[in-house]
Amino acid sequence: MSTRMVEVRARVMKQNDLLARGLRERFRQAGTCVVGLVSSPGSGKTAFLEKLLAGLAHDCRVAALVGDLATENDAARLRRSTPNVQQINTGTVCHLDAQMVEKALESWQLDRIDFLFIENVGNLVCPSSYDLGEELRFVLLSATEGEDKPLKYPTIFNSSDVAILTKMDLAEAAEFDLAAARRNIESVRPGMKVFEVSSKTGMGMQAVFDMLHAQLSRSRHSQTAVIG
Amino acid sequence: MHELSIAISMIDQVLEESASRGGLDIEAVHLKLGIFSGVDKEALLFAYGMACEGSPLQGSRLVIESIPLVIYCEACQKERIPPSVYEISCPDCGTPGQKIVSGREIEVAALELA
Repeated sequence: MSTRMVEVRARVMKQNDLLARGLRERFRQAGTCVVGLVSSPGSGKTAFLEKLLAGLAHDCRVAALVGDLATENDAARLRRSTPNVQQINTGTVCHLDAQMVEKALESWQLDRIDFLFIENVGNLVCPSSYDLGEELRFVLLSATEGEDKPLKYPTIFNSSDVAILTKMDLAEAAEFDLAAARRNIESVRPGMKVFEVSSKTGMGMQAVFDMLHAQLSRSRHSQTAVIG
Repeated sequence: MHELSIAISMIDQVLEESASRGGLDIEAVHLKLGIFSGVDKEALLFAYGMACEGSPLQGSRLVIESIPLVIYCEACQKERIPPSVYEISCPDCGTPGQKIVSGREIEVAALELA
């Protein structure tokens, strides 16, 4: 007896991708530039985000969602820069998904936010499969982690738009091979923009602010163009 | 390990497909899994068995077809398979691959009926 097969084409991530598409459209209409942050645990996402929020809050309205398995510690740290911070506790789940983001946004008016940052759970594997509707995804790599991380986790590096090398004030002490790190990033994600920063000293942060401002005006300009 | 979440989403998709066809007696689920999807094949096979328990798919098999990473080489004007997932460039001319054609998919391709 021959096997009976029914052909289907069902994307497993369909539910998440549909929600993410809806979120992306809402962000576009509200004129909110949404940036996702991914990295391994301890590579300085929250410290970097603190600097981002503090630096941008002078002339922009900023907000952040932060994902962790447990605790409100990160949100408490970030609230020193802006009251618009929400912690998403995922329990045992190792990543954020579009539904968690959608739920967290229920109480916020997006058109009153210029920049929304979504800090994912510290993990270089699982978040790569989940689109959160963000406009840009930053992947962070700290000088103390070793320059071959991009080669070990190519999927997340390739799914990101911008690489941020953090803790660069420690690069020399950690014998961080910057040229190799840049080469490895280019190998897994050709053409990727790379920024070198130190959240501690503030080194390199201005270039990130400039890039984000340019991105915001570019996406708002294209929005006007679409409507006009 | 997010493969359990993926397995649960997959089972939901399969049951939806089954319901839309009036309910199928499914013996195996055939999945196309890109090697650049961020999902581990072995972990997914393991999670699938657990996720199926107590569902109409209990006892069914999961058959995974691995899909290679394919890029489009602008220089050769052809689709190419890069040397590895961490050297995303054309194997012939070395041009960096900025456009991924396939390798990220997680897609139920077919249902095998009992």
